[in-house]
Amino acid sequence: MKYVDEYRQAGHVEGVLAEIRKVVSRPWVLMEICGGQTHAIVRYGLDQLLPPEIELVHGPGCPVCVTPIRQIDRALAIAARPEVVFTSFGDMLRVPGTSSDLLSVRAAGADVRVVYSPLDALALAQANPDRQVVFFAIGFETTAPANAMCALQASRLGVDNFSLLVSHVRVPPAIDAILTAPENRVQGFLAAGHVSAVMGYWEYPPLAKRYGVPIVVTGFEPVDLAQGILMTVRMLEGGQTGVDNAYGRAVSFDGNRPAQAVIEQVFESCDRDWRGIGAIAGSGWRLRPAFARFDAELRFDVGSIVSKESEVCIAGQILRGLCKPTDCPAFGTACTPESPLGATMVSSEGACAAYYRYRLPTAEAALTGASRHG
Amino acid sequence: MADRQMTKPSISEGACCPLPLPHLSQIVLGHGSGGRMTQSLIESTFYPELGNPLLLQRDDSAVVELDDGSRWAFTTDAHIVSPLFFPGGDIGRLAVCGTVNDLAMVGAVPRWLSATFILEEGLLRSDLVRIVQSMKAAAEEAGVWLVAGDTKVAERGKCDRVFITTSGWGQIPAGRNVSGGQAQPGDVVIVSGTMGDHGVAVLAARGDLAFESDLPSDVAPLNGLVEAMFAAGSGIRVLRDPTRGGLTGALHAICQQSQVGIEIHELDVPIAPSVAAACEMLGFDPLYIANEGKLVAIVEPAQAPAILSAMRGHAYGAQARQIGTVTEADPGRLVLRTSIGSRRALEPMAGEMLPRIC
Repeated sequence: MKYVDEYRQAGHVEGVLAEIRKVVSRPWVLMEICGGQTHAIVRYGLDQLLPPEIELVHGPGCPVCVTPIRQIDRALAIAARPEVVFTSFGDMLRVPGTSSDLLSVRAAGADVRVVYSPLDALALAQANPDRQVVFFAIGFETTAPANAMCALQASRLGVDNFSLLVSHVRVPPAIDAILTAPENRVQGFLAAGHVSAVMGYWEYPPLAKRYGVPIVVTGFEPVDLAQGILMTVRMLEGGQTGVDNAYGRAVSFDGNRPAQAVIEQVFESCDRDWRGIGAIAGSGWRLRPAFARFDAELRFDVGSIVSKESEVCIAGQILRGLCKPTDCPAFGTACTPESPLGATMVSSEGACAAYYRYRLPTAEAALTGASRHG
Repeated sequence: MADRQMTKPSISEGACCPLPLPHLSQIVLGHGSGGRMTQSLIESTFYPELGNPLLLQRDDSAVVELDDGSRWAFTTDAHIVSPLFFPGGDIGRLAVCGTVNDLAMVGAVPRWLSATFILEEGLLRSDLVRIVQSMKAAAEEAGVWLVAGDTKVAERGKCDRVFITTSGWGQIPAGRNVSGGQAQPGDVVIVSGTMGDHGVAVLAARGDLAFESDLPSDVAPLNGLVEAMFAAGSGIRVLRDPTRGGLTGALHAICQQSQVGIEIHELDVPIAPSVAAACEMLGFDPLYIANEGKLVAIVEPAQAPAILSAMRGHAYGAQARQIGTVTEADPGRLVLRTSIGSRRALEPMAGEMLPRIC
């Protein structure tokens, strides 16, 4: 494919890797924020090609993994109602709540449908005026503009049988929380390219300054990732902090201002629980009061549901970059994609699922050994 | 921003994750995906109750040896597809080709098929006629007769317009020994053409993913291609049609059955540009997408050039390519040499293929 293949070429990647090998002189711990980046790294085996000094740890940027169990349980309760058509991005169907998942609810008779865009869900509501169509509005800043636009459209068109179950999260407060944690090991960040395409990176300089870390906006193809790593390592080796952009072909400092305006119009900041991590103040978005009539939580009265997490897996430590999937005793044995113990194994963007699908046993052994020193 | 708090979960404090949902109590769509869930359903439910030496051959068809020494292949295949008609084919062509190909994949010459039709009340007669005419054309192309059948009608809403199950018989010529358990280190892995065409064509024709494609499904009977291959060389050890679960599912099963490793090269796997683009956009991987008119062959290295050349001379093998080799290393594992030169595992799909969020 034109405009993509050139960023996957072995020669181009090797050129950047050679530069990284030249620049690096001691161990560094870098975190890629985004689940899409984690997957690309493991899928292309990029981490195998990096010099051993560089350890990549995987961040909390998998929206499916961090969606709080309470919201999943609410989704299950709403989806099970006979008048509801419950629409969702495909990934969410497998994520377990307290005792079920959307796949099971669908198998038991609920009308659960996968959509690619919230606007498809809105169209479904218009086409089925006798049904209640609900969209599971999850995700980071990447999916927020389309979800916000959907609420705006519903309001404009007066589509009263449509609502959103909102569980949005934001990247900068998560970076802040990771750097605040006393056990933090991360020395530099690869910021999420897609999120930055929407939000720009004007939110990052204060963070970089406060915690003295480099933050480099990074894309998703092997060349992009290698370039982001190179720029981060260069800053670390040079004792520099601050923000830089390795994904200039998609991201500007300001980002997509009209998209940010739509988000601002529809959503307001709120505290949000992150699955496996806990509450992070100001890390979520919810519908503003002006859009309350499109809030599925209010429409279906699901506030009293009690959720309970299991006490088994270490997804929390993985999502905060403290552990690797292979550090978990359950990985690949008790915990597999078909019978996941944790959200990181469930989601196709989750770090555990990426390791399970792409990692060879030999690489696993090498990597487990390498990560023990931390 | 200053009063931020983080909970500090740990294993001992009991943090974070839900107990498994293994979907043991009810069937979900993932059980029909052709991936691990399908496998686990077969292993846990069907094999323990119904297992016998023929069933446990685990190939696309059961191979039966009669008292006169002749060897016969028997198989069955159920077909549900939405929409019923899609570019390049329909459920009728699919139902004939599915069984013909399962027979051809054990080296058999398909002869006789049966067909069972489950029709939903309200189905248009004209649609049924169109499907049956398509079956006739496919059967003629494959050189098989439909010799038995059954028809049932289900109440409206109890099935989706038409479900078709076909079964088939075919004879295996002497000297052919094709099975998923025959792969040996050093063998060459060949595919007959581009991967993922059928799955993407049907997905596009379904129309609910808001993308359009004029790519036709590859659905085709492959017995002619298989005969051309055997005419070029007898060193064909394994044949598989990578249907549900795609190339990855087919090759992974061979790794398991033969207890060998297989390494394929990402850049050598032929993928139509429109399939690559659709997968990129939708978050699917073409190596997991169904084909209905392609095969993967594992052949003796010395005969690979002749077999490849024979495949390329056949209409359904024009884009045949060597994509990898069978290895001694990593027995049971399928390995992908990526476009940037690293190696990684290719695992079969867990359950249903679900599009990613972003």
